[in-house]
Amino acid sequence: MFASFMVNTWVVGTIVAIVAGVVGFFVVLRGSSFVAHAIPNAAFAGAAGASLLGASTVGGLLAFAVAGALGIGALSSRGRHDVATALAVVTMLGLGSLFLSFSTQYAPEIYSLLFGEVLGISSSELAPTMVLGVVTILAVAVWYRPFLLTSVTPELAEARGVHSPRVQLVFLLIVAVATTMAVPVVGALLMFSLMIGPPAAARCFTTTPLLAIGLSVVFALVGVWAAIALSYVTDWPIGFFVGVTGAASYLLGRAYAAWHRSRVVQGLDPDGPPAVAI
Amino acid sequence: MGGWWSHVVEPGFFSSEVVRTAVVAGGVVAAISGVVGVFTVLRGQSFAGHSLGDISATGGSGAFLLGINPLFGFVGMGLIAAGCMEALGVRRERGRDVATGIVLGAALGISALLLYFDTTVHNTTGAAVTVLFGSLFAITTSVVPVVIACSVGLLAVVLVLYRPLLLSSLSDDIAAARGIPVRLMAVLFVLTMAVAVALAATAVGAVLSTALLIGPSATALRITKRPGTAMLAAALIGVVTVWVGCLLAYDSFYWPPVRHGWPVSFFIVALVLVCYVAADLGRRWWNRRVSTRYTPVAP
Repeated sequence: MFASFMVNTWVVGTIVAIVAGVVGFFVVLRGSSFVAHAIPNAAFAGAAGASLLGASTVGGLLAFAVAGALGIGALSSRGRHDVATALAVVTMLGLGSLFLSFSTQYAPEIYSLLFGEVLGISSSELAPTMVLGVVTILAVAVWYRPFLLTSVTPELAEARGVHSPRVQLVFLLIVAVATTMAVPVVGALLMFSLMIGPPAAARCFTTTPLLAIGLSVVFALVGVWAAIALSYVTDWPIGFFVGVTGAASYLLGRAYAAWHRSRVVQGLDPDGPPAVAI
Repeated sequence: MGGWWSHVVEPGFFSSEVVRTAVVAGGVVAAISGVVGVFTVLRGQSFAGHSLGDISATGGSGAFLLGINPLFGFVGMGLIAAGCMEALGVRRERGRDVATGIVLGAALGISALLLYFDTTVHNTTGAAVTVLFGSLFAITTSVVPVVIACSVGLLAVVLVLYRPLLLSSLSDDIAAARGIPVRLMAVLFVLTMAVAVALAATAVGAVLSTALLIGPSATALRITKRPGTAMLAAALIGVVTVWVGCLLAYDSFYWPPVRHGWPVSFFIVALVLVCYVAADLGRRWWNRRVSTRYTPVAP
């Protein structure tokens, strides 16, 4: 499991989990799950297009993820946000199906782009992943306060001169970069689970933002490590384990929140912080 | 038939059995998606609508593995997922967002496993692509009567629920004050949507099910504010889009770069997007015209 050909997997998986945990906290806080689902799908179309043109996969992923983010931003400025996202995702998938029908690519490669592939992460993929990961974390650190302010109290943010649509666009771009980084390992569809399950679980345990981000990263790390190990042992796809551990951690969080609330109601723990289940 | 006509409609379009099945099934599915879609857009549940499409496709790959009728897999999984979303979701909009996300994430994971088994057990490699994208031209003829029957049933349900559902979609509070069971309406609607989306996903694939659910309805709601008219318009736009898409896909067998045709999903999605953007631009143009005509003279 820790053989030399698995080292890259563990390293990349760890980076992906940290980034997903951090970015995912804001995805959940801002109620942007649909966007977090749409952008990886767009990226998938990009990968299909890149393989058709013989361009680099990461380039295709990044180009389409960013195009998807900008498209959602543009469409939602003049209509309902969820409608804009839905239209963007089907457009991207329509393009993806067009590219796939032109290419003669072998089906398992498509499968691994969608659902992830533990083995076969080459050392040349390591550097771009690290760079994109660091860029994402730095961007989140820089925009930490505007992100929090616009998601928790939009009116206050407006009053302070924070331009909400611009902050939203920056946020979409960050999700796009994080996605690009993660697709080769966990796959387009499962990056989404990783950005929703652990952060949503973390928010059941605490309402303090930094603590929640920390917990979210911990859950994501445990989930990804468990997924890599189980996938290695059983030979089942890593995506399955990522998806299931994500949902399981959320159910755990909900159970804790319910238990905590009942204690507060009974007066057993009056000083404890109110756990907010979302 | 003049010369130009044979270029617009390549010979054999109307006599092809495959095309006839696609036109009938696609049309029915587009109509019912348009009707249900207006409520989906009004209630802001596009994400749930899209997720149910992906999730019912998971059921499809499960049915493929077990060797049972895919329609049962699609509809069964869709209903289970809708139940889970309602059970997890709390009333606030963001809670609903997370609940949908969690269910979708778990289902995608299961989907990964099922497709993996499909590949190893049945030794067919194209399952992932087929289940996700589907193809209008790959419908088995035997499914069509079932799809039509279910769609008629759904239409009846929507008509019966029309007024209370509409009121609770526009304002929960007013609906509750009038004695409408808002919670029950929400559950009934999600279940209705699950069946509609699952039918569409069986017939045209998960991607197109979202396109037909959201695109025509959002377009129609740009054109008119009356819900009833919007439903008719959405159904009409959906049906026309699907039919034109079929026609273009049929023609594209003669197009470069590969001579096996472009995917029909691509054409339908592109048409849906064009309709929406056109309706949006038209609406803005109309609003500007109206506002300039009635600009009050400054005192």
